[in-house]
Amino acid sequence: MDLFYMTAHELHAKLAAGEISARELCRAFLDRIVSVEDRLKAFITVTEEMALKQADEVDKRIAAGEELPPLAGIPIALKDNMCVEGIRTTCASKILFNFVPPYSATVVEKIKSAGMVIIGKTNMDEFAMGSSTENSGFQPTSNPWDTERVPGGSSGGSAVSVAAGETVLALGSDTGGSIRQPASLCGVVGMKPTYGAVSRYGLVAFASSLDQIGPFARDVDDCAQLLNIITGHDPLDSTSAPGEKTDYTAFLNSDIKGLKVGVPREYMGEGIDPGVRAVIEKALQVLSSLGADIEEATLPHSRYAIPVYYLIATAEASSNLARYDGVKYGLRDEEAQDIVDMYMKSRSRGFGTEVKRRIMLGTYALSAGYYDAYYLKALKARTLIKQDFDRAFDRFDVLVCPTSPGTAFRKGEKTDDPLQMYLSDITTISVNLAGIPGISVPAGFSGGLPVGMQIMGRPFAEGNLIRVAHAFEGSAGHRGKFPSLI
Amino acid sequence: MAQYETVIGLEVHVELKTNTKIFCPSGTGFGGDPNTHVCPVCLGLPGVLPVLNKKVLEYAIKVGLALNCGIAEFSKFDRKNYYYPDLPKNYQISQYDLPIAEHGHLDISVGENEKRVGITRVHMEEDAGKLVHQGNISSTPFSLVDYNRTGVPLVEIVSEPDMRTPEEARAYLEKMKAIIQYTGVSDCKMEEGSLRCDANISIRPVGSDKLGVKTEIKNMNSFKALQRALHYEIERQTEVLEEGGRIVQETRSWDEAKGITMSMRSKEQAHDYRYFPDPDLVPMVIDRQWVDSIKESLPELPDQRKARYISDYGLPEYDAAVITSTKELADYFEDCLKGYSNAKAVGNWVMGDLSRLLNAGGMDITQCRIRPAQLAEMLRLMDQGTISGKIAKAVFEDMFQTGHDPEEIVKEKGLVQISDQGEIAAVVDEVLAANPKVVDDFRAGKDKALGFLVGQVMKVTRGKANPDMVNKMLKERIK
Repeated sequence: MDLFYMTAHELHAKLAAGEISARELCRAFLDRIVSVEDRLKAFITVTEEMALKQADEVDKRIAAGEELPPLAGIPIALKDNMCVEGIRTTCASKILFNFVPPYSATVVEKIKSAGMVIIGKTNMDEFAMGSSTENSGFQPTSNPWDTERVPGGSSGGSAVSVAAGETVLALGSDTGGSIRQPASLCGVVGMKPTYGAVSRYGLVAFASSLDQIGPFARDVDDCAQLLNIITGHDPLDSTSAPGEKTDYTAFLNSDIKGLKVGVPREYMGEGIDPGVRAVIEKALQVLSSLGADIEEATLPHSRYAIPVYYLIATAEASSNLARYDGVKYGLRDEEAQDIVDMYMKSRSRGFGTEVKRRIMLGTYALSAGYYDAYYLKALKARTLIKQDFDRAFDRFDVLVCPTSPGTAFRKGEKTDDPLQMYLSDITTISVNLAGIPGISVPAGFSGGLPVGMQIMGRPFAEGNLIRVAHAFEGSAGHRGKFPSLI
Repeated sequence: MAQYETVIGLEVHVELKTNTKIFCPSGTGFGGDPNTHVCPVCLGLPGVLPVLNKKVLEYAIKVGLALNCGIAEFSKFDRKNYYYPDLPKNYQISQYDLPIAEHGHLDISVGENEKRVGITRVHMEEDAGKLVHQGNISSTPFSLVDYNRTGVPLVEIVSEPDMRTPEEARAYLEKMKAIIQYTGVSDCKMEEGSLRCDANISIRPVGSDKLGVKTEIKNMNSFKALQRALHYEIERQTEVLEEGGRIVQETRSWDEAKGITMSMRSKEQAHDYRYFPDPDLVPMVIDRQWVDSIKESLPELPDQRKARYISDYGLPEYDAAVITSTKELADYFEDCLKGYSNAKAVGNWVMGDLSRLLNAGGMDITQCRIRPAQLAEMLRLMDQGTISGKIAKAVFEDMFQTGHDPEEIVKEKGLVQISDQGEIAAVVDEVLAANPKVVDDFRAGKDKALGFLVGQVMKVTRGKANPDMVNKMLKERIK
């Protein structure tokens, strides 16, 4: 099998046994990027120099006889909204085309000290606003299963880089489904941890109360390993959860007999592609065969999730994105006549259509006279949505549904209809509003395109999600298929 | 002409003297090269997050308690959104509807009148940076921005519209400064901007209970400026109404040089700040025990100290008020008492010669070269009879100029009092012999004549003769 489709735990064994050096491994992935990138456009920046240097350090540790930590020497790609000191960080926005942060995100510090090799920064919808990676200010990314189709978004570049063997692991961010939906559409594992489980320090904010960093991996085992590294309290993030670190690999290889699985009826009915539904129904049979009790669940306020999300997320975004004004860094219109002119011209040129749309929506929602009717009401509805989940988790250990209502759609298919695009996150958005964890695990194929199953759990029950996903993955029988890129 | 009543409320901003900024570890020191007290967080770089400096919360609670406020059990931070280059995130983290402290008061006195001014609220927020211009602001092609001050912690203290004269407003601000200085949470230096004040002012016909249209006055950089600006604004508003005009609700800026206020922006141009809870900061649940312990740690405040000076030291109320009006002066006074226990005597010197010399030099007590121990020493020299009261005044002036020890000055200048019986007797006899007419006058009942004779003795001894002895001896000999 090709090196570039191996899992981290397989590659770790090869590194530890001396069958391959970290530098050779890194080189192989850099070469792979060169060979497929013109068709995929998953990366905004490939950090070859830094990656080789980090790989050499790992080789030194191996040569010195040190015991190799699980993910040391393993290549990882980062969504281009995570700050890496000295490496351009753009959020796929023209307004940050030249921004080089003088500091690194907490997750970056963590993966560096774990000995991981940062291979590049991946493409995304501008400022993580979108579900197809077509909103990138630089380039659209293609789905490796069908390059005429989108990879999903906003973390499309990260999903593709893992799916197409350009890296072993990747990090994305998920505000309304931006990890899980592209993971589903690209046939990889993707998890949004509980809000507060992973530090947001150094993640360029889209919607602060919803954003969460999480892993992309080829399998659940790798996902657990990477989760081990990135989770944990961070004093630099006030919303970071205190408490002891969990070893998520302890949840691998455990059975799910007697597990109570709820299937929200709101996520299996109207609007779900029949092919996708068929795959999920089959997946539920697998869970059942493993001893889980499957029952219908209900999340009655689900229909409010999308409007609530598009009020809260845009309101926060309108404020978070105010700092891009041409004064301190990033794009500045040099022709401007005065400060207000400079603000307007820099922002008009720097931001794309979707970002402008959301800034305007959010500004409106927070405006005097509208705040109570929109933002405040949305906060109240958010509480109701969260209570739906609390009630469901009184009865069920996990909830299961399709990660996305459909498979990867064609490029351009939804770009003229923002509402249609927004609906592609209908099954993922509530998870962010409730702050709970969700994982998308490959469940099969429909029309030759991957379908993901979303498993949702109680706050900080990532371990339980790993347990269910791993058990399912081992029995689903659809593994070993890779996109047919030459 | 109608009689108008003025209504004034003040918004006071106080920089808190913490070592680090409100949401990041950057230092807060005043001055420093531009953009040196900064880090990614206070620069608002993409991806950074604020973390509350707990000291700021403690200090804000302290201010709230010192101003007799109730401390919130639940409080939060909000974002105030507006664009300005000195605000790197283009929003200021502040507090909107759940401030840390509310419903307090502060007592002032103007002349004979005492008054209680209500405190509406105290809230925490981050300071903004500063724009700097090279050359003339209107002709320079660009602005520079210094973010050193960005993120320095502030409390904003909003009063009720309880003040009726510029003098009351000034008294309020002076008292505010004193109280906060006493708590030790701020330097309150108006000239460095660590104490800033905006005023809301309106006028209405006497007897009306409806508030008039107000204007907000900014850019008053001293107590005097506050008073002048408010007087100007009263006149301006009165004139507008007298001429049948209407007051426009607007923000006006005080021009110190011209002595006028000028319109900055009208109500229509006012910002919609689009406040909303800052999702990067978690709400604060304030522990009651912590508040109690902060309350216990509050130092003695001006009013308490004043009362103690009156009851324990017997100082006149006026003197006690003046001495306690700033913490520095009161501390100076108490430091003197450590070396000299007669508080009334110390008070007289502090209120008298010391204040006179400070005023003449345009100085405050922190710039005084006389250390409290030196003043105490001088008073002891007087008690011991080493110097007379008159000589002491000269010594004191010398100390004020040079900062030298009183003993040193006395020795150097040969100012030791002459208390030798024989030495004084010789001079007295000499003076009596030279002024037979004056002696006759005294015998004839002209008491004033004695003063002249004492003066002559002092003249000969260059003021060093012990005045009590001179008096006694003169009387004895003339009899």
